[in-house]
Amino acid sequence: MDNFPYLFAAYTAIWIGLFVYVRRLARRSRELEEEIQDLRRQLGR
Amino acid sequence: MRRLEPLLAPAVFVAMVAALWLIFMVVPTERQMGIVQRIFYFHVASAWLAYLGFFTVAGASAVYLWKGSAAADRAAIAGAEIGVLFCTFVVVTGPIWARPIWGVWWTWDPRLTMTLILWAIYAGYLMLRAFGGDDEAVARYAAVLGIVGVLDIPVIRVSVRLLHGIHPNVLNQPQGSGLADPKMRLALYVASIAMLLLGGWLAMVRMRQERLASELAALRRLAEERA
Repeated sequence: MDNFPYLFAAYTAIWIGLFVYVRRLARRSRELEEEIQDLRRQLGR
Repeated sequence: MRRLEPLLAPAVFVAMVAALWLIFMVVPTERQMGIVQRIFYFHVASAWLAYLGFFTVAGASAVYLWKGSAAADRAAIAGAEIGVLFCTFVVVTGPIWARPIWGVWWTWDPRLTMTLILWAIYAGYLMLRAFGGDDEAVARYAAVLGIVGVLDIPVIRVSVRLLHGIHPNVLNQPQGSGLADPKMRLALYVASIAMLLLGGWLAMVRMRQERLASELAALRRLAEERA
């Protein structure tokens, strides 16, 4: 179990990386959808 | 594709739980490397997914250059982003495994060096797409880079064979590579399926985002024309 911190660090890096990426994707999708809705309203479509 | 996207999310969750259960509850601890060998499963699966992402970039870029398909261009961007994400996991988890096993964080082994170059090529591709604007010429330059860049993958395979690096050959030499037990191979395959589903889901979300960005650009042009 001496090397447990290395195992922990590797899996933590993957999960943090995935979490940050998915969050970024979700935020960008939401922003795009909101902008499209706003423009559609302005254009009356 | 739109129907598949919501189905993939629960499939990713189930596959991930199964992979983690196998890795941490079922697979025996490897005799020589000990507990850090468990890094292998997600490290190797990430590498395979990164390769798949980069091959997708090359294939989709070829289709884009040939037919000018916007959908192919979107697939190339999604493939590059997924490929770089998982290649980042490879170059981050590799040194974490190497430190207790080799005694160093990094060595200029052929496979490590070529993988870092592969990461840099596609990180460059993403920067070109992000900062090059919507110009069609930029998309064509990026497509060429996406096709040429994938040639690094066979170079990685050949360099490992010819230059005899110290990186373990996980599948071809199971006795000396840390995957001797059949349960270890099962865990690797399940982790790979989980990563494949995850990569597929992320790629679909990313492609939808590119579609929305194109729609937004078209609406902006229309708004400007009316103004």
